[in-house]
Amino acid sequence: MELSGDMKREMYWSMLLARRLDERAWVLHRQGKIAFHISGIGHEAAQIGAAFAIKRGYDWVSPYYRDLALLLAMGYTPRDFMLSLMGKREDPSSGGRQMPSHWSLKSANVISHSAPVATQAVHASGIGLAMKMRGEDKVVLTTIGEGSTSQGEWYEAVNWAAVHKLPVIFLVQNNQFAISVRQDKQMAVKSSADKACGLGLTGVTVDGTNVFEVHRVISELVERARSGEGASVVEARMYRITPHSSDDDDRTYRTREEVEENKKKDALIIARGLLEKEGLLAPKDLDAMEAKAKSIVDDAVQYAEQAAYPDVSEGLYPVYAEEVRHG
Amino acid sequence: MAEMTLIEAIRQGMEEEMARDQSVFIVGEDVGVRGGVFRATMGLYEKFGEERVIDSPLAELSIVGVGIGAALYGMKPICEIQFADFIHPAFNQIVSEAAKMCYRSNGEWTVPMVIRAPYGGGIGGGLYHSQSVEAFYTHVPGLKVVVPSNPRDAKGLLKSAVRDPNPVMFFEPKKGYRLIRGEVPEGEYTTPIGPANVSRSGSDLTVFAYGMMHHYALQAAEKVRAEGIDVEVVDLRTLYPVDQATVLESVKKTGKALIVYEDNLTGGYGAEIAAILAEHAFADLDAPVRRLAGPDVPAVPFSHPLQDWFMISPDKIAAAVRDLAKY
Repeated sequence: MELSGDMKREMYWSMLLARRLDERAWVLHRQGKIAFHISGIGHEAAQIGAAFAIKRGYDWVSPYYRDLALLLAMGYTPRDFMLSLMGKREDPSSGGRQMPSHWSLKSANVISHSAPVATQAVHASGIGLAMKMRGEDKVVLTTIGEGSTSQGEWYEAVNWAAVHKLPVIFLVQNNQFAISVRQDKQMAVKSSADKACGLGLTGVTVDGTNVFEVHRVISELVERARSGEGASVVEARMYRITPHSSDDDDRTYRTREEVEENKKKDALIIARGLLEKEGLLAPKDLDAMEAKAKSIVDDAVQYAEQAAYPDVSEGLYPVYAEEVRHG
Repeated sequence: MAEMTLIEAIRQGMEEEMARDQSVFIVGEDVGVRGGVFRATMGLYEKFGEERVIDSPLAELSIVGVGIGAALYGMKPICEIQFADFIHPAFNQIVSEAAKMCYRSNGEWTVPMVIRAPYGGGIGGGLYHSQSVEAFYTHVPGLKVVVPSNPRDAKGLLKSAVRDPNPVMFFEPKKGYRLIRGEVPEGEYTTPIGPANVSRSGSDLTVFAYGMMHHYALQAAEKVRAEGIDVEVVDLRTLYPVDQATVLESVKKTGKALIVYEDNLTGGYGAEIAAILAEHAFADLDAPVRRLAGPDVPAVPFSHPLQDWFMISPDKIAAAVRDLAKY
């Protein structure tokens, strides 16, 4: 799929909005207004490239906790995100039950996930199996960090998808750290995509800081999956410039110099450069986008701060499907 | 009414549900061409095809995880774990995912699935083909845990489990697969998940049991009848959520309780029944609550004398009944 100028601008806007929301979350944490944040900063190109490569609302997504940009592209709103950060009742993912960034958005076919890593990959294979059983041409995108590809769950999921030629895209966002542990302690291969060949499916590695390149590569894999040619593993590589989460202190395992050096390869800067080169973004457009993002983020924070917490009686349900209450 | 074995009733239940609902499918090891190592799915592959009776890779966590994904997509998987002893790799998927999905997503997502697993000893299976694992799962809100003891209930409960909108653990007493025969009604019926069954009315004391131990409890009750001991037997059937009312009602009548289970004594399911009685039936009790269960060794040993030493038998139950009746 050839990207129009409008679409490229929209992709950049989605990345920018995710970034500004994410940055505000860190500020709110430092202000003591939220208890926890886990960041997707630096991951925006991989996620937006992938989101624009699927048919959103038609295809399915089995995400992981760094997927703020992906979720926003799926229809999750900045207000939703702030509600989740503050544990408010209206949080659409869980009504304040889950920690922030543990997504669920049924209206957009985004399934709920947990904190034990790689469990979501197996669900993606199950969804792919169901799509195949029903003879549909949908695909499922599932995301994960490179550290979590060490889990047996991930191998079992990928193996299932390979054996049954399921329409699943396993997107590995390799940010080079699993909390403090670097890639060379996770795997003996250069890219988690290299694991794919041993399991009998396609594996591709892509520069995860270039949103348009990610989009091009994943679009091809999606079309293959949609036409019955099966699953693939794609690794998008970037650098995690934030600590693992708001509870982590990354000074204990890496230098400031290393982090500063990698900030220069930021996905947002690269995307902006590409758009400017093509004449698709003028300085005034950028200023307008920044102003708009700020006002959206401000609104989201204000909205969530005023929103109600769950009533303690809501802690009791819904344990079973019979107890689900709507509204 | 037709007489059949426990396993024939289970097979008939699955066959009827698959014929009734296209979204029901079976996934597990050797369930297809082979018809299951216990032959529980015999003939279903031929009748419904390889797309609905799926021979999975030899990996239990993904049998369950793929089932969860398919269930999220609207299918109704029946996942077969070949032996309950092999369910442990799937613990994470069952406990972290299936059980918590409804609660954590505030009811957006539910997991309608059945996990069938043959459990229990006395079949020369040694440590790893004899385990009783129900207590691990009766501790987990979000799951329902069912153990049938006879063909009529097995078929009716299985059909209810398939139609239930929640994950249902369905543990089948494998020693009873062909040993336990009984009448099964012609035509359509279901047995509700939840209510226990007073399978034998008596006045002197109550034996609480389920699965194979319930079968033995009825035999033990017959043995002591000639000695003038009138035993009431309660088949718990659904272990979680438990039918507390029936448990308490029976002890109100008899004043004495013996709880029989073949799992290890400590922390086994019977401890919960004992706790319910201690909390809510103290004034009705004429004797201490007794538990008769397997010894606290890791699992059932292989050698025949050792296995017989481990296993609860009708004679051991009868002896415990006599002892309690004397109190």
